Amino acid sequence: MSPRIVHIAANTFREAVRDRVLYNLIAFALLLSGAAIFVGQISIDIERLVVVDLGLTAVSLFGVVIAIFIGIGLVSKEIEKRTLYTVLSRPVRRWEFIVGKFFGLAGTLVVNTFFMAIGVFGALFYVAHKFSKPDALILVALYFIVLEFLIICSLALLFSSFSSPLLSAVFAFSLFVIGSFAEDLRGFAGLAHGVTRWFATAAAYLVPNFSALNVISAAAHEQPLSSQLILHNTLYALFYTAMALSGAVLIFERRNLK
Amino acid sequence: MAAIEILGLEKTYMVGFWRKRPKRALQPLHLTVEEGEIFGFLGPNGAGKTTTLKMLMGLVFPTSGTARILGHEWTDPEIKAQIGFLPEQPYFYDYLTAHELLDYYGQLSGVPGKDRKRRVEEVLQRVGLTDIQGVQLRKFSKGMLQRAGIAQAILHNPKLVFFDEPMSGLDPLGRREVRDLMEQLKQEGKTVFFSTHILSDAEALCDRVAIIYKGELRGVGAVEDLTSTVQGKVEVVWQGTQIPASMKALGADCHVTGDTVRAVLAENQQDAAIDALRRERIRLIAITPLRTSLEAYFVEKLQPSQATAGKTIGTAV
Amino acid sequence: MIPRRMNGRKRTTVTAAGCMAVSLIACVLLLRHIDEIRPKATIEDALYVNSPKMIKRASVGFDGLMACIYWTRTVQYFGHRHFDRAHTYNELAPLLEITTTLDPYMIPAYEFGASFLAPKPPGGAGEPARAIHLMEYGISYNPDNWHLYYDLGFVYYTELKDYRKAAEVFERGSKVPDSHPFMKIMAAQMAMHAGDFATARMLWTATYESSHETNIRQNAIEHLRSLRVDEDVTSLQALVTQFGERTGRLPASISELAAAAHLRAVPVDPDGNPYQLSATGQVLVQNPDDFPFITKGTPPGYKPAPPKFHTKNSD
Repeated sequence: MSPRIVHIAANTFREAVRDRVLYNLIAFALLLSGAAIFVGQISIDIERLVVVDLGLTAVSLFGVVIAIFIGIGLVSKEIEKRTLYTVLSRPVRRWEFIVGKFFGLAGTLVVNTFFMAIGVFGALFYVAHKFSKPDALILVALYFIVLEFLIICSLALLFSSFSSPLLSAVFAFSLFVIGSFAEDLRGFAGLAHGVTRWFATAAAYLVPNFSALNVISAAAHEQPLSSQLILHNTLYALFYTAMALSGAVLIFERRNLK
Repeated sequence: MAAIEILGLEKTYMVGFWRKRPKRALQPLHLTVEEGEIFGFLGPNGAGKTTTLKMLMGLVFPTSGTARILGHEWTDPEIKAQIGFLPEQPYFYDYLTAHELLDYYGQLSGVPGKDRKRRVEEVLQRVGLTDIQGVQLRKFSKGMLQRAGIAQAILHNPKLVFFDEPMSGLDPLGRREVRDLMEQLKQEGKTVFFSTHILSDAEALCDRVAIIYKGELRGVGAVEDLTSTVQGKVEVVWQGTQIPASMKALGADCHVTGDTVRAVLAENQQDAAIDALRRERIRLIAITPLRTSLEAYFVEKLQPSQATAGKTIGTAV
Repeated sequence: MIPRRMNGRKRTTVTAAGCMAVSLIACVLLLRHIDEIRPKATIEDALYVNSPKMIKRASVGFDGLMACIYWTRTVQYFGHRHFDRAHTYNELAPLLEITTTLDPYMIPAYEFGASFLAPKPPGGAGEPARAIHLMEYGISYNPDNWHLYYDLGFVYYTELKDYRKAAEVFERGSKVPDSHPFMKIMAAQMAMHAGDFATARMLWTATYESSHETNIRQNAIEHLRSLRVDEDVTSLQALVTQFGERTGRLPASISELAAAAHLRAVPVDPDGNPYQLSATGQVLVQNPDDFPFITKGTPPGYKPAPPKFHTKNSD
C-alpha cells in the first residue's frame, strides 16, 4: 500500500478527532448509557436487558450519525472548499485520496466505538455487578456494529464524491433507515407482482442489509450466534464496502473539480 | 526544455438544466513557458485563467488538447513532486496548525522525514509566518492563510510553481514581500507561472506575459516588447511655467506641475520642440520616449475583434 | 503511441469497475446465503415488544408505515412456517393484533385472521377466541364493511360450529347498506340447514370469490376440494349400503358398485383418481394426503399431513 494512503488516513483521523462535534456526540452517547441504568431500574428483571439494548442502540445510532456527518463533512467540505486542490496538486492519485479518507474515517469510528463500548460495559457492571459469559455476545454485537459503520462510511464517501454535503447526508441517512428494514423490503418484494416485484427485489439486494447486521436484540436476550453467520456477515460487509468504495473511486476519477 | 507547453487545451462546459448548451470556457490554447522565467497570465475575472490552471493541475479534464510539464505528460502524477500550486483564496484544514499542515503536505509530496522538519521551519520563515506554533489554521487571517498557501507551494522545492492570484488578500507590505519572493524564486532557477488581474504587479515582475480574455488568447510576448510598441511619443519637461506659442502650434499636450511643464508630443516633433525652447531660452530638463503601459496594451487587446464576434456561445464541440 | 501515464487513469477505472462488479455479485450471493442460515430472527425480534400499545407509541406517528411493515411480516411469517410444515403459529395472533392496532382500517388483516387464526393446527393457529375478538374489533372500527361480518360468521360456522351465533352475525351483516345479497341467504341457510354440504360449499365459494389474498383463496380451494370428496364419499357410502340391502353382500369392487348403481363411469375424486372400496365396504379416497380437510373417506388410523396448497381450481 502506498504510504500516501497512510498519511491521508492519519490526517483524516486527526481532523476528525479535533472536531468538537465528535466529542459532543460521544458525550451524548455515554449519557444515554448512563440513563439506561435508571430506565432499567423500573423493572428489576430487565435491568440488564435495557442496559444492553439501549446502550448498544445508542452506540449504533450515534456512530451512524458521526459516520455520516463527519465523513461527509471531511470529504464534501474538502471538495467544496478547495482544500482538495492543494492535495491533488501533489503526487496523490485520486483513488488514493478516497481510500485514505475511508481508512481514516473507519479508524475514527473504531476508536469511537471503543470508548462508547466502555461506557456500555461500565453501565452493565453497575447494574449486574459482575460479568458473565453471555456478555461476550455484546462484543459480537459491537463487532457487527463496526461492520455497519464500515458500510456507512463507504456510502458517505460514495455520495460525497458527487453530491453536496447536505444531499450526501440525506442520502446516506436514508439508506441507513431503509437498510434497517431491508428484510421487510425483501418480504414486500415477495408479495409484489410484475414490475414492482422486480424493482423491489433489486432494491432489496442493493440496499445495505443492516437488519442482518443488527444483532442487538440477540445479544440482549443472550442468544448465541453461529460462527457461520459471523463469517458471512463479515464477508458481506467487506464486499459491500468494496462495492461502494469502487463506485466512489469511479465517480471521483472523472469529476471536474470546479 | 520548455517548462510548460500547452498544446491546444480546450474546455467546453455543458450548461443549463434541461437542454444542455455548450459554453466554451477556454478556446484551444497554445502557449509555451520557458524554464527560469516569470510568466504572467493576465486577464479579467472569468477570462479562463483559473480554468487553464486547473486543467494543468489535473483538477479539471480538458475537452481536447494536451500539455507537457517539464517535459512529461501533464497527467503524470509523478511530475507533481516537482511542481507547486497555490490556488485562489486557499482554504485549509481548520483544526491543523501550520506546522502540521506543512508536514502533511510534505509527506504527500514525498519529502523525506528527516528533511521535512527543517524545510517546514525554513519555508515558514521565508513567507514571514513566525510565532504561530500551535495556532490552528482556523484562527489565521486572510493574509496569513495566503502566506501559508505560498509556503505549501514551495515547501518541497519544486522546479515550477503555479500561483493563482497570489497577491489577493495581502496588504501592500505583503504584496511587496510576495513580489520579492517571486524574484528570489527566479534567481534560484525556478520557473514561476502566475495569473493575476493586477497589471502593475505583472509589469514589475514578469519576463513574459499572456493576455487572455473570454477564453481566448489575445496576446503573448515579453513585457519589454509589448510595451515598447512605440506610440511614437515623447515627453518633454522644462523649467518654468511658460508655454511657448510655437509649442502650442506643434499640438503639444502641456501640463504645468509646480515650477515645471510637461508636454507630450509626437517623436518626429522632438527637434522642433527643442528649437522652440532654445529660442525662448527656456531651460530643458528632460526628454523621455514614452512607452505604452502594459495597461494600455491590455485594454487594447480586450477590444472585441472581428474574428471573435459571434463566436462565443453555440460553438459546436 | 499512448504514453504510459494516460493508462494510469484507465487502469484505475478498469480496476474499480471490476471490483465493483465482483463485489456486487458477492454481496447478492452472500445475502442469499445469510438468509438461509439466519434464524427467522426478525419476527421473533419484532415480538420482543409484544404489546401493541407500546409499538404504537414507538412508531411516533408513522403508524401507517409500521402497519404495512407488520402486515408484510405477518404474511411472510405465515408463509415461512407453512412451507416449513410447522405445527404452531404462536406469533400470528400478536402480529395481527399489532398490525390492526397500528391501522384498524386494514381490512385484509381481519380476513387473514378469520382464515388462519381460528382453524386448528396445522391449518391455522387454533385460537378461535382471539379471532373473534379481532373481528369484533375490526367491526367496531369499520361498521360499514359487510365483509367483516361475513368473516366473523365464517369463524362461528367453521370452527366453533355455533350455527345460531353464525346466523345472528350474518343477519347483522345483511343489514349493512350495500351488503352482498348472499348475506341474507347465508343467514337463512345457517338457521335451517347449517350442517348441509350445500351451505358449506356456498360459504367457501363466497370466501374464494370475495378475497384477493392468495393464501386465503388457496385455503378456500382446498376446502372446496375436500368438501367434494366428503360429498362423494357420503353418497357412495349410501350406495354401498343400498347394494348391501339389495344383494346381502358387499360389492367386490368400486366398478361393480358403479355398474350396479348405473353410474356412467367409475366415480373419481377431484384429482381424477377413482375412489376405492375397502374389504370392509368402506369407500376410500386414493390419496388422502392431497385433501387435507376431508372428514370422510380416510382409512382407519390415518393421520392427516399438513396442508399443501394446490393452485388449480378443481371446481
